[in-house]
Amino acid sequence: MAKRVVITGMGVVAPNGVGLTAFTNAIKQGISGIKHDPELERLQFSCQIAGKPELSDELIAKYLTDLERRNFNSSGILYGIIAGMDAWQDANLPISNADEPDWDSGTIFGTGTSGIEKFREAIYKVDDLQVRKLGSTVVVQTMASGISAYLGGKLGLGNQVSSNSSACTTGTESILMAYERIKTGQASRMLAGSTSDSGPYIWGGFDAMKVCTFKHNQEPEKGSRPMSANASGFVPGSGAGALVLESLDSALARGAKIYAEILGGNINSGGQRGSGSMTAPNAIAVQRCIQTALHNADIRPDAVDAINGHLTATSKDALEVQNWAIALNRTPEHFPYINSLKAMIGHCLSAAGSIECIASVLQLQQGFIFPSINCEDLNPEIAELVNKNKVTNQIMYQNINILAKASFGFGDVNACIIFKKYENG
Amino acid sequence: MDKEELLTKLKEIVAPYTHDKDALATISPSTDFIKDLKINSANLVDVILDVEEEFDIEIDNLEMARMLNVGETVTIIEDKLKALDRK
Repeated sequence: MAKRVVITGMGVVAPNGVGLTAFTNAIKQGISGIKHDPELERLQFSCQIAGKPELSDELIAKYLTDLERRNFNSSGILYGIIAGMDAWQDANLPISNADEPDWDSGTIFGTGTSGIEKFREAIYKVDDLQVRKLGSTVVVQTMASGISAYLGGKLGLGNQVSSNSSACTTGTESILMAYERIKTGQASRMLAGSTSDSGPYIWGGFDAMKVCTFKHNQEPEKGSRPMSANASGFVPGSGAGALVLESLDSALARGAKIYAEILGGNINSGGQRGSGSMTAPNAIAVQRCIQTALHNADIRPDAVDAINGHLTATSKDALEVQNWAIALNRTPEHFPYINSLKAMIGHCLSAAGSIECIASVLQLQQGFIFPSINCEDLNPEIAELVNKNKVTNQIMYQNINILAKASFGFGDVNACIIFKKYENG
Repeated sequence: MDKEELLTKLKEIVAPYTHDKDALATISPSTDFIKDLKINSANLVDVILDVEEEFDIEIDNLEMARMLNVGETVTIIEDKLKALDRK
């Protein structure tokens, strides 16, 4: 029989808050983590603002040994380790140093690139005929599965230890993959999450595509404007989010705190057919992804109380809202609450889905809708689809029962999860 | 540089990679990097890079393969320094 799956721990490293407490406060208050980035200015980027988590050396030393910190230069792995270990601790799960690993716990922790700065260092050395001086950690810092490998070792995981990668759906996908593994009884606990490197070498390609905003270099906090009439491209971000997924049986047996239940979801692709391409979503596929997620979760479209959108602050925001309206069959009057965390933290790329899922789960658990900053000038096309009171500039304390979260990515890939508030059964 | 001094320097170099601090305290020519100091085998190349930097020498692949314990490593370093007339 299919196992019920709940969330029992969370950890987050976000541009507007490192650690669950700081992050929760930040999203409730609408605090932006977007700042001017001198390095991007020096390198003549069009977009010179970004979202980057702030980490002190003291904090880093709590997660990485002195030896691990030697020649370490992978921001993504660092963010992922902190988020992952925090989530594990938040779930009150032990870290054992016994010889035997925990066979029932694993991780699916995704990323888009790994250690891109370390990779740059290595390339310069190789080209300079210094391959023998690379040291022993270039591989583990730059392999795509670096983050799951580091976490697997830190936590002694003995079940599946993998990294997934599917552009900006990565984080949402990792949670669904982990969910499936527990649902089918192959694991009792899975650390699901994703991370994304910081810096010019990951963000440069997007800057070159002209998909990032160049209009807000003087006012960083106003730069990321999902659903705004003045949205002019996304602001690049970075960080990591991690969630401990656990079978309800296991959670109840050990008396764990339960944040929310995952009812189901769906992952699909538009095949880059129809309106879809490498970089644009096939609208039919998006609608189908949402509808199939609801079907898999056994939830009627009219039961969705809130949407946490992908909504990156490009011209595609209105199309996304239209896809939600069609998929959920909603008129403006009956549209669910809708918001986008990207207004506060930018687009954290492969980390976006996991960080945004954490924000979604916090809303369900604590009964609030975080404020949508920077869209006081709601896009008129969106205003035709959604009543203004469902896009709130102020925090709204409101019990919500069902929340739908979706993420979309290059390659025309989609993922949608249905979360439910957990109330003793 | 006498043997004592060289050994002290080597001890400093291997310290961060060593997982058995007691064995480090009683380091001697027969101390094996992997078996006694419990250094992760992947880190042996880092030890060698640090040795190269500290003594400003270059160690080739064949010599590297021999550098599994303190005694051999000291001998290799001494030979290199002698050859370079830097003692």
